[in-house]
Amino acid sequence: MSTSTEKEMWVTKLRKGWQKNLPVDKLLPDTQPAYVASWIYLFGVATLASLGLIIATGLWLSFEGASWYHGSNVGHFVNSLHFWSVQFFFIFMVVHLWGKFWMAAWRGRRMLTWITGALAFVGSIATAFTGYLVQSNFDSQWISYEAKDGFNSVGIGSRFTVTNFGQMLLLHVAFLPVIIGVITLIHVLLVRAKGVVPPIDAFNKELGERK
Amino acid sequence: MGIFDHFMNLRAVYIHLGWFQISITNLLVIIGMLVLFGLALFLPFPGNKKEGQK
Repeated sequence: MSTSTEKEMWVTKLRKGWQKNLPVDKLLPDTQPAYVASWIYLFGVATLASLGLIIATGLWLSFEGASWYHGSNVGHFVNSLHFWSVQFFFIFMVVHLWGKFWMAAWRGRRMLTWITGALAFVGSIATAFTGYLVQSNFDSQWISYEAKDGFNSVGIGSRFTVTNFGQMLLLHVAFLPVIIGVITLIHVLLVRAKGVVPPIDAFNKELGERK
Repeated sequence: MGIFDHFMNLRAVYIHLGWFQISITNLLVIIGMLVLFGLALFLPFPGNKKEGQK
């Protein structure tokens, strides 16, 4: 039934857009420009590696449960691994942010890459805070009772109830990780589609054409 | 474990200058990130000998 004059299906538009903006040689490149050979370009992938470790240890903790990670040696180890991978995740992400800020990485139509990075940063903070609330120890009890006053004072305590362990646990292990995962995926795909931003002082044909 | 137990159970020490207050631990982490940033900018990257120009 299809003819050449028929209106294109959404899946056709999606395929053509994908092929135009992110062909497979851009998606899986085996070379990078010379300026990428610098330590400052490693912090993005270091952040991703930390995120992978966070997800892996987080899944392990979820399957074993609180009595395991509070009461066994392996549980303590995995719990610490989860905690420290979060610390390094934020350290690497902040250094990545500084590097990209000072090289004005939103140049060359990379605004969405910058915005998704910022969203991932804010979302990660929310995820980390809910993590502190679900440790199931006196620390999390103290933090939640301090935090509830803050949320109540701005009028959102009835919707976002930090003393509600079930709500915080589901946000931490299900909702927020999915959000972070999707934003991170979009961020990485945008980096692939647009390429790594060149240094400000580098002469670049692409940037010369579209500032 | 004894040393770590003792270390982890110490109270946080804070620097307090007027309106500004920060724990020594957080200050050290921030200084560490700045050092890492500086090293990343200035340390030579291994294998970066402009091989593309040969």
